Amino acid sequence: MSHAYTFKVNGQLRTVQVDDPEMPLLYALRDDLGLRGPRFGCGLGQCGACTVHVDGFAVRSCSVPVSKVAGQSVTTLEGLGSPEKPHPIQQAFIDEQAAQCGYCINGMIMQAKALLDRNRHPSEQDIRDALALNLCRCGTHARIIRAVQRAAAAMA
Amino acid sequence: MTTAFASRRTFLKAAGSLVVAFSWLPDAARAAFVPPKRLATDTVDGFIEIRPDNTVTLYSGKVDLGTGVRTALTQIVAEELDVPLSAIAVVQGDTLTTPDQGPTFGSLSIQKGGMQIRQACATARAALVSRAAARFQVPQESVATREGRCWHGQDSVTYAALVEKEGLVLATDPKAKPKAPRDHTVVGRPVPRLDIPAKVTGRFEYMQDFRLPGMLHARVVRPAGVHAQLLAVDDHAARQLPGFVATVREGNFLAVVAQTEWGAIRASQAIRPTWSHWEGLPEQDHLWDYVRGTAVSKSEDVQSRGNPEAVLKEQPKALSATYDFAIHTHGSIGPSCAVASWENGQVTCWSASQQTHLLRHQLAQMLKLAPDQVRCIYLEGSGCYGRNGHEDAAADAVLVARAVRQPVRVQWMRADEHGWDPKGPPTLLDFHGALGADGHVAAWRSEAFIPERPAKIGVTLLAADLADMPHDAAHPGNIHQGLAMPYEVPHVRATIHSLAHTPFRASWIRAPGRMQNTFANESFLDELAHAAGRDPLEFRLAHLKDPRGRECLERVAKLSGWTPRVSPAAETGDVVRGRGVSYTKYELVRTYVAIVAEVEVNRRTGQVRVTHCHVAHDCGQIINPDGLKNQIEGNVIQTVSRTLHERVTFDRSRVTSLDWKTYPILTFPEAPQVSMDLIDRPDEAPWGAGEPTAAVVPSAIANAVHDATGVRLRSVPLTPEKVLQAIRKTT
Ligand code: FES
Ligand code: FES
Repeated sequence: MSHAYTFKVNGQLRTVQVDDPEMPLLYALRDDLGLRGPRFGCGLGQCGACTVHVDGFAVRSCSVPVSKVAGQSVTTLEGLGSPEKPHPIQQAFIDEQAAQCGYCINGMIMQAKALLDRNRHPSEQDIRDALALNLCRCGTHARIIRAVQRAAAAMA
Repeated sequence: MTTAFASRRTFLKAAGSLVVAFSWLPDAARAAFVPPKRLATDTVDGFIEIRPDNTVTLYSGKVDLGTGVRTALTQIVAEELDVPLSAIAVVQGDTLTTPDQGPTFGSLSIQKGGMQIRQACATARAALVSRAAARFQVPQESVATREGRCWHGQDSVTYAALVEKEGLVLATDPKAKPKAPRDHTVVGRPVPRLDIPAKVTGRFEYMQDFRLPGMLHARVVRPAGVHAQLLAVDDHAARQLPGFVATVREGNFLAVVAQTEWGAIRASQAIRPTWSHWEGLPEQDHLWDYVRGTAVSKSEDVQSRGNPEAVLKEQPKALSATYDFAIHTHGSIGPSCAVASWENGQVTCWSASQQTHLLRHQLAQMLKLAPDQVRCIYLEGSGCYGRNGHEDAAADAVLVARAVRQPVRVQWMRADEHGWDPKGPPTLLDFHGALGADGHVAAWRSEAFIPERPAKIGVTLLAADLADMPHDAAHPGNIHQGLAMPYEVPHVRATIHSLAHTPFRASWIRAPGRMQNTFANESFLDELAHAAGRDPLEFRLAHLKDPRGRECLERVAKLSGWTPRVSPAAETGDVVRGRGVSYTKYELVRTYVAIVAEVEVNRRTGQVRVTHCHVAHDCGQIINPDGLKNQIEGNVIQTVSRTLHERVTFDRSRVTSLDWKTYPILTFPEAPQVSMDLIDRPDEAPWGAGEPTAAVVPSAIANAVHDATGVRLRSVPLTPEKVLQAIRKTT
């Protein structure tokens, strides 16, 4: 049986048809809506690669059933900015060249956004703590921290 | 869109008339049409195409694994051809259009691949200048190149006009002179990475994003034991799921296919395979006994001078030590993924493989096809740091697509990646050494026990193994490298004992062998320095004549504020601090690197924290200083993770560290500061930087732990249990 769920994605109302209400939001975003920001890393809520915002909160889209976000507002990395008009956090990641393979970066930026939304002047330790559950395998940590510091300064 | 081989026929038909439509958009790997071109690495046209709109396309067999190679290669082309960076497109690792430059590994992309491309560009520029000179009827010396044009005074002609009639079909001239480094304006500059804006805004197309029309989704279902046999499959429940398409079984290879990705995941959970009971793995707790007990198929000396055995026999105070280094997984953040499509007996496979040309041969062998019936197209994936599961996912996709006769995407789940990527093999090393009367090292004897290396390089494709299809013997990579050591010692023998068996499919992971062997070499040298009552950095300098190596050590001493003293530091309290040094000349023939690691050790908990790493690095000419810094930082932080935390766990049947909880990696609160001193030598050859720094990290940390605590850790990872155990032993 097919179920329809409607929610906002990056400001636009979208409806997805799914067989299973338990399907994680991640697959709706990537496969049904063709978004590339949220990434599949573990499907277990352990790495953060799939992070999106739901009603302003950072959420791991691999671990939230699509049915749960019906009527809510989802923001993905694409919704923050574009290569032509990047969000200040994205711009800071460009300025610091804070990516190697970049696969984890979606999670880093979305988690950093959640941090900066509630704490405009985070210390280095605040940033490290906020990203403590986001994994990067390339060892881009030092640059990511600098990028978030730069973004905080730019947005202050 | 038509699939690639339909288009290839179109291309073959069109090739005669040279009327071929191209579309080199950013998603170029999907491009339907390909130009008629040669693929040899000693031709200009193998690498370079100047198009009618005066843009340049570089066809590179080396690929960007998220390390900035694309940007660095683009810089080389922009420099040598005098074209703007923005006018250069790069096609990477498409086996139909790019030359086979060997796998992208061993930190050779720039050193080997980049230099082939530089020479091709230098040849091209010389040819363009000579054609322009003829056109202007002036001597060649008075023709300059700039912005994709040849100039004589105010007159200019585009490169495109110069190749319009004759093309650019040339053999690379080994004598063509690349630009002098002092004239460089692009190479040596911190050019921003070309891929980063798209990556930080969700616009980049990774392998995992690639989709074909009519594509189905598959998930693999792996055996319950590494070599368990598939006895039966009950897919009744899976078949009831909406969108279920097929169960694919070939020998012990098992996969499920569905219309949607989630459908495939559910089917993989619903299917009930029955596997034979298999318990062929060694006991994890007795891994090193197992390795020591494994039959040696061959022993070879990789370094030999003097007679260390005789000197050691006469030395009552000779030192001995045994080191071990755990099994590691690549741990890519994005699990492996591939898409395959068959048409008329030909297969196209999109893969994030670091070695699409080798993959093509392995797939052809497995499928009993001619190599030209297989096309592999590279798309960037999650960082792989070696031969991870990308190639295996490719083989999976090819098998499943053949069975269901539709394009198929295979996405590995986290447990597939942690459980079934080929592993960095367990490494065991024995050392003996002695000091002479002068306090210098008089004799050095090292032996490494590692998996054997058959003639041909290449890790067996998992699907070929499971489905019992043709494949070569497994090769773990050149893991013998790095055992030969860089110091002036009169009596040395370094021996590789190749083992006939290793518990898991073995492959290379960043600085393969070099990391393990350097860990032991540089730890043991530290032990000898300690025995000699010498400062470990001075001790190294006392055994080193090579001026570039000495400069690295001297610079890292300055950078880290090193003050000479004998280890240990003898701080008191629960948390004690220490510093450790390590050095290597990579494979004894290229990049020099020296490192100082600073650590804090909690003597109550056994916790080691690496607070700061200082690196002095000399890889000859630097192509992109910011890219180089990014690489070195990454090498340091990733290897701190491997050194402190990482160890594949297993029971007698299979891997049990199947997620990030059971195989933890370094987190943000633990990430060290990294400072660097980059030594640029514009007149020297550019050497690689993707690995050498990684090789020195574990030994620097172990040496720092010794400096902090007085105890010597000879086993990676340096877990709290091992630290506590070592501390208890000495008190
Ligand atoms: S993919 Fe969601 S947390 Fe890893
Ligand atoms: S940049 Fe590759 S995983 Fe973080």
